[in-house]
Amino acid sequence: MGQIFDVYFLEAVLNGLLLGGLFALLSLGLNLIFGVIDVVWICYAELIMVGMYAIWWMHTQQGLPLWVAMPAGIAFVGAVGAGLHQFVIRPVLAAEPINQLLVTGGVLFLLQALATVAFGVEFQNLGVRLPGVVVGEMSFSGSRLVAFATAMAAIAAAYLFLNRSYLGTAIRAISQDRAIMPLMGVDPARIYLLTSAIGGALAGLAACLLVLQYDVHPAIGLSFGPLTFLICVMGGLGNLIGGFAAAFVFAQFISVGGFFLQLEWGYVLAFGFFIATMFWKPEGLFSKRRKA
Amino acid sequence: MMKKRQIVALLLLVALAATPLFDPGKYALHLMVMALLWSYIYTSWSIMGRLGLVSFGHGAFLGIGAYTVVMLWNLAGISPWLGALVAVAITLVVAVLIGLPCFRFKIVGHYFALVTLALSEVTRLIIVGLRDSTGGSLGLTPKPALTDGATSSLWAMQFSDKAVWFYIVLLCWLAALWIWHRVDRSMNRLALEAISEEEDAAASIGVNVTRAKLTVTLLSAVMTCIGGVLYAQYQLYINPETVSGIGISLQMVFGVIAGGLFVMLGPTVGAVFLLLLSESLRVLIGNKVLGVDITIYGLLLVLFIIYMPKGIVGTLLQRLDQRGSAR
Repeated sequence: MGQIFDVYFLEAVLNGLLLGGLFALLSLGLNLIFGVIDVVWICYAELIMVGMYAIWWMHTQQGLPLWVAMPAGIAFVGAVGAGLHQFVIRPVLAAEPINQLLVTGGVLFLLQALATVAFGVEFQNLGVRLPGVVVGEMSFSGSRLVAFATAMAAIAAAYLFLNRSYLGTAIRAISQDRAIMPLMGVDPARIYLLTSAIGGALAGLAACLLVLQYDVHPAIGLSFGPLTFLICVMGGLGNLIGGFAAAFVFAQFISVGGFFLQLEWGYVLAFGFFIATMFWKPEGLFSKRRKA
Repeated sequence: MMKKRQIVALLLLVALAATPLFDPGKYALHLMVMALLWSYIYTSWSIMGRLGLVSFGHGAFLGIGAYTVVMLWNLAGISPWLGALVAVAITLVVAVLIGLPCFRFKIVGHYFALVTLALSEVTRLIIVGLRDSTGGSLGLTPKPALTDGATSSLWAMQFSDKAVWFYIVLLCWLAALWIWHRVDRSMNRLALEAISEEEDAAASIGVNVTRAKLTVTLLSAVMTCIGGVLYAQYQLYINPETVSGIGISLQMVFGVIAGGLFVMLGPTVGAVFLLLLSESLRVLIGNKVLGVDITIYGLLLVLFIIYMPKGIVGTLLQRLDQRGSAR
């Protein structure tokens, strides 16, 4: 057992840290939407899949350079997010919460199927490889490092936006009290739409980072979708800081668990830990006590 | 009025039970078996779903049922009948392990849905992870027991005659409806309805919240597990995606919502509707363009939840009520 703390173990931990940054970005958009609109987008990972296809299509099929394709992809998914809110969420805002959850579940099937119709079930590759980085005996993939750095920058930007800008303040205000804010002259419909567009754009950004690391196919959302909202729940739904911390905890479980066992068992450990957490702190691992 | 309804229902039931006698053909019979099986499973789900316990974890119980019997049969030669008992025992343990803390600590709504979703994903991942004995994503087939032209093996719970399966699932479906009815009439339901409205208030007037919730959860989980057993033995092929995980769990919830969550035949209508929809889309569009059928399916689901939140049966009953009161 003395062999455990070797350099490969350290590599697994550091890779887990990099993965955590990516997870943190994945959970950020979902958390923002839940915090503001009080709706869980079960199809959030499918929006990312849409973004990955958009970037892949523009880059490999249309020959656009990545520095055009990626911002365009982000804008596109942002528009999809706004559309999702306008045409799907708005009609059920007053309905039972479970119907809101389910309607986005329907969108999940719909987006998967549309992607299949448009691009088939084959795995598509962007064909871009970033050079890796080797430190001593450890090697790290370049795209993971880029993903980590970008995710951190995006999270910092989102934090500044929410805390320093006028619109960000309005968004936070409406998430704190949706009954009073309309009386203060904030139009909730506009704020919801804006938040959905931002949430979508964050999914688009995640798509830029994921498409560098993984092949895209219609069911790719299922491989990290459940994970994303479990991270949000563990951090306390709507709690951005909590989700951030939970992302790193989850990533360590998967990376280190996958180091000792197989990859699936890392996931099983993470999910098991999630269930245990829910019993220990039902309102989320990092949340402050909710007011009654 | 009530009498007349009951007579009509009885006549319809007799007609349904008699259909295999008129040899409707293999395909039609297969569709009926599937419709009844899914009706049974959806009804099992709705027993707890209608009381505010929306579970996305029933894929776990379906998977436990299906994989336990097939693995015990293949690896140890244990009869599926005994295997079913083992599966039920495992289901009870899992349901208590998940349910008890959930209800103690008042995990409700979104949180309950997502915790149970984690459960069904864990089950799927464990099945995939144990690929040496479960076959992983490739799935698993029960060892065939029907050799030398035999048409049925009671010990192996394998019947090549679809009519046998028709009567088995018909009985299960009727039992599920009866259980639904009993739960509907019980004190427990009133207690649970009170709970789903206002948990603390219900507790304050002496409702044992945890026990009431756990009872319906165990009932629903065990029934779903038996559904998994039947599915495996009828289809003679299972894979982790079709009996566990997020997809099938969502499908169950969709079926029930589409049919109607709060009426007895709602889940049944939902099951028949989803089956006919996917079959007719498959036949109409075929496999020429991949995914078109599911596109329409997903679109319809979204429209349904937006415009018909009470489901098919619920909306129909509401219309009838309105017409009745207008007169």
